[in-house]
Formats: sequence, structure tokens, C-alpha cells
Amino acid sequence: MKRIPISPPVAALLLAVILFLLSGLLPNGFGSDMDVARAQAMNILRLAVFLGVIAAGQTLVIISGSEGIDLSAGSVVTLTAILTYVIVNGADEKVLLALLVSLAAGALIGFLNGVGVTFLKISPFVMTLGMAGVVTGTIIVVNHGNVSGRVAPIMTRLIARPLSPEIPIPNALIIWLIFGILMWLLLERTTFGKNLFAIGVNRVTARLSGVDVTGMNLATYALAGALAGFGGFLVVGNTGVVLLQLGQPFLFPSIAAVAVGGTLLSGGKGSYWGTMAGAIVLTLITSLLTTMQMPESVRRMVLGGTLLILISIYGRQKSLRQ
Amino acid sequence: MKQSRWDALAARQPALFALVLLVLSLIVNLILQPNMFAKDTLNSNMRVFLPIILMAVGQAIVILGGGIDISVGGIVSIVNTVLATRVGLEGSPGEMWQFVFISLLVGLLAGAINGFFIAYLRLQPIITTYATSFLYAGLALLILPNPGGGIPGSIAALYRNSTPFNLPLAFYVIAILLFVWLYLSSTRYGKFLLAVGGKAEAAYETAVPVTAVQFSTYVISGFTAALAGIAITMLSGSGNADIGNPMTLNSITAVVIGGNALSGGVGGVVGPVMGAITLGIIQNIISFASIDTWWETLVKATIIVVALAAPGIVNLFRRRRA
Repeated sequence: MKRIPISPPVAALLLAVILFLLSGLLPNGFGSDMDVARAQAMNILRLAVFLGVIAAGQTLVIISGSEGIDLSAGSVVTLTAILTYVIVNGADEKVLLALLVSLAAGALIGFLNGVGVTFLKISPFVMTLGMAGVVTGTIIVVNHGNVSGRVAPIMTRLIARPLSPEIPIPNALIIWLIFGILMWLLLERTTFGKNLFAIGVNRVTARLSGVDVTGMNLATYALAGALAGFGGFLVVGNTGVVLLQLGQPFLFPSIAAVAVGGTLLSGGKGSYWGTMAGAIVLTLITSLLTTMQMPESVRRMVLGGTLLILISIYGRQKSLRQ
Repeated sequence: MKQSRWDALAARQPALFALVLLVLSLIVNLILQPNMFAKDTLNSNMRVFLPIILMAVGQAIVILGGGIDISVGGIVSIVNTVLATRVGLEGSPGEMWQFVFISLLVGLLAGAINGFFIAYLRLQPIITTYATSFLYAGLALLILPNPGGGIPGSIAALYRNSTPFNLPLAFYVIAILLFVWLYLSSTRYGKFLLAVGGKAEAAYETAVPVTAVQFSTYVISGFTAALAGIAITMLSGSGNADIGNPMTLNSITAVVIGGNALSGGVGGVVGPVMGAITLGIIQNIISFASIDTWWETLVKATIIVVALAAPGIVNLFRRRRA
């Protein structure tokens, strides 16, 4: 089978651009009005930030291989969003504290996932699924469905608003860009990143080459949890309200974003650029379907179909016949 | 490394732990609900468990073959909406059986679509069935946008109240499933299935028809999902396009509790059937223990995590003593 020589992140991004330009031709698209087009593009990118950040932890866990996956990401997002909401309670000076608590709470849950996966040999899929239930259950027990709190003005300013009236680039996008560079550095320029790919390809050879596989596994899950926690902090900064179902809608799209970005779900190969591109494509498709005002049923089918076509183009595994 | 007797036993009988868990939960349930083994109570429990048991069987076969099927819930929803809209509350039994037959064909077709993309186009199972789950769930919603419709009361009663020879109908269905599985696992197909799930490349090199086997697992899973859809429609007597949605992850959890490795190639179908019954009993226990509804999610998730962790904890202690 001849392979398409274009890298998945580039392909996904190209696709996003083409889809976006085509959407201009729709009845209620932007047509030839460039200002509207730019505003729409910026809005879609801004929405993609949240999925992109939540999918960062997912990328790490999936690269680490051995069926690595984090199904607790959605509930962690809900948890840290609620924590942030309650801790900040409208006060600007508490924002930093809330951020630290969010990261710590996420890291703790991720670490527990790591313990279950590494020491108790529970498969990641069900371990993190069970953890999602435990976290959601705890939230329900503790707050009985109602929380009182408020986000701080500075969070709205830094996350939801544009840089300045003259420069209509959303701040969230700048945060994401810095975040992306940090993720790239982590994956490509640190020992952690090298070891991560090593354990993703083959755990036995990695251990024999001196990689601390157990430590890496724990660190990866803990870091993934912390990143999901950061995602929750950002999400609540954007929405300004919390609800029990805040994080769940991000869960499977975060896995899909990783896959669309060309990261192998079997581990050992991938990049965060790909995940960013995947997050943009997925957000674009969902927002287009929403603006086209199609019924929910058609929306679901188009999303499923597009995803299927996308992964058929470049998500194929190696042929059995070598 | 010398294998201890425990390890050898656990490796040969992966379902052993599922049996222990099933007996334990049965005892707890019996304490809370002394008349549990009375004919009517037993029947009313088993008819509720049957849909998940059916799904777990198909899911187990897909997972044995090294895949995973996230679209089963969507298939259940399609079948449910087809029956509820095409037969209707006033339908005749003849119409009902006609559409039961059509439903089974729909299940086979949906499974074949999954199998085509995964086995022949070699896409990654998790993301492919995630995409098709949107296709199927969207189709179900297109067929029946709002909950409603139904099947004739006489047919529903047939499912609910049939107890041939004083045993619940579900027992016969389970017996047939297990009999078919025991036959299958003794044939060449059963060996091929485990070989493909264990290591597809190695199986390919030893002339196992890997592609055909992978394809077949999804068709089987589609078929059992359709059976589950028929069962749950007869149980509820009405239609709801989202009825299958929460069942998907339960079917996967049942398979894992049943002792099958999510990486494939290890386990059978008996364990997952016991796993599915255990899940149902846990739900039973929670409702009979009169637990505060706020605590339900947390208690259920904790029980599942502890159940999954138990074999690992036993192993940890054994290693320390050795």
C-alpha cells in the first residue's frame, strides 16, 4: 500500500482550512466578508484551545503505550473547574492558588490512575473509567449538585477576551501557543520525552536500556491528570459557570483529536502538534454543524462520517503483509 | 522466573476471579434480599441483566480478537427505535417477529461496517467504532427524534413473564450462548481467534486468516448487540434513541471483570457473562442497601475499582512474601 507522503498534522490542518473556506459558501456562511470570516476563524480557534489542552494529557498517556488511555480526563476537568470556581469566588488574588490546586488535584488523580495501572496491573481503560466514576461520585456527594462561587474578572480577561481591541487575537490562543511550545519541548527536547517514546514502542527494551519504566508510567499519568486539571481551570475561565456535565463532552473528542492528529493509539509515535491540529479540525466540524442548524441526528451522523473519512485517509495501521 | 501455583491457576483460568466475585456479590445480595432465588424475583432480575449479558458476549469476542467495539450502544439504539416505530403498540405479533428478523440483519450489517473499516482498511478499532457509534446513534435519533412508540404489550409480557420449566427465559438464552461458545472454542475458529488477539502479525505468518477473523468478531458483536437491543425493547416496551448509550462502557467493564485482557488473546466468554451478572447484582445491592442516592455513583464506581484491583493486590502481597 502506497502511503501518502504528507504528515498527519499538516494534512489535518490543510483539511481544516479547506473545510473552513468551503463553509463560507454555505447559505449562512461568511461569503466574501473577510472581517466576518476572520472573526469566525478566531472564534473556532478559541474554542479549540480547551479541547486542545485537555487532549494534551491524553496525548502523553497514549504515546506511553500499553493500551494507555485516560478516560478520567472529563471528570477531572469538571472537578478542577468546580474547585477553581469555589476557591476563586470572584477574587483576583485567589486565581493563582486555584490554578495550583487544580494542577495538584489533577496530578493526584492521575497518580492514582498510574498506581492502579502500574502496580495493580489494571488495564488503563477500565482503571481510568472507574476513576472517572469515583471522581464524579465524590463531586456529587460533596456538593449535592449545587456550588456557590464565581470566576474572577482577571480570569475572564486573560482567557475569554481578546488581547486588545486593536489586536483581535483571543488570549486563550496565545496561552495555547505557549503551551504547545512547552509540550513540544517536553516531548522532543527532554529525557522525559525520549523515555516516553521509548516505553511506548517497547517497555522491555526500554527497561533494558535503563529507563525507569515504573517511574515513567506514574509520572505520565500524574502529568496527564495535571494537564486535564489545567484544562478544567481554563474551561471555567471561559464559560464562567460550572455544571456536573462540564467535562464529560470533552472526553471522547480528546481521544479523537489525538487520533486525528496522527498519534498511534497503540503508542510510541505521535506529536502534540498533531493533537492541536486534531482539536482544531474537530472543533471546526462541530461548530460548522451547529451553525448550519442541522438536527442533532444529522449532526451526529455527519460527525461520525467525517471522522471515519479522516482516519481512513491517514489513520491506517501497517499492512499485515510486509 | 518460576511460576507459582497461583499464577499458573490464574493464567489457565482467567474467569476464576470473576466466579469468586460473582459468588461474593450473590451472598451480599442474598443477605439484603432474602427472597432473591424465588422464581419471580430471579426472573425479574435476570430479564434486566440479559441485555448487558448479550452485549458482553459480543464485546468479549471482539476483545479476544484484539479489538474493541464502542459502537454497540448505537446498534442497540437503532434496533430499539426500529422496533418501537415500525411495530408500534398496536402491532401484531407477526409484524413484531418480522422486524425482530430485520433488526438482526441491521445488527449484522452495522457490525460488518465496523469490521470492514477495521479489518480490511486496517483502521484503529477504538477510534473507528467511536466514529461509527455517532453514525448509529445519529441514525437512531433520525428514526425516533423523541422518546415514544412501543411494542405490543403481549410481546413484552412474553419476554418478561416466560419461565419455561420454572426457570427464567434468560437462563436458556445464556445456556445457548455458552453452548455455542464452547463449540466455537473447540473449533479451528476459536484457536484462530485467540491467535489473532494474541499477536496478529505472528498469526498472519502462520497462515491464520487474520483479516477474516477480525471482520467476523465485529459481525458477531453487531449480532449480539442487536439481540441486546431486542431484549431491552421487550423489557422497556418503548422506544428511546439514547437507550443504548450508557450500555457500551458497561459491556466493556463486564468483559474486564470477567478476566479477559483488553489487549486481546486471553480469556473466554464464560467470565464476561459472569462479569455482566456481577455488574447487575452490584446495581441491585446498591438499590437494596438503601444507599442515599447522592452516594450511588461513588459507591458503584468504588466497588468496581476495588473489584478490578483485588487480583493485583493479592499478587502484590504474594510477591512480597515470596
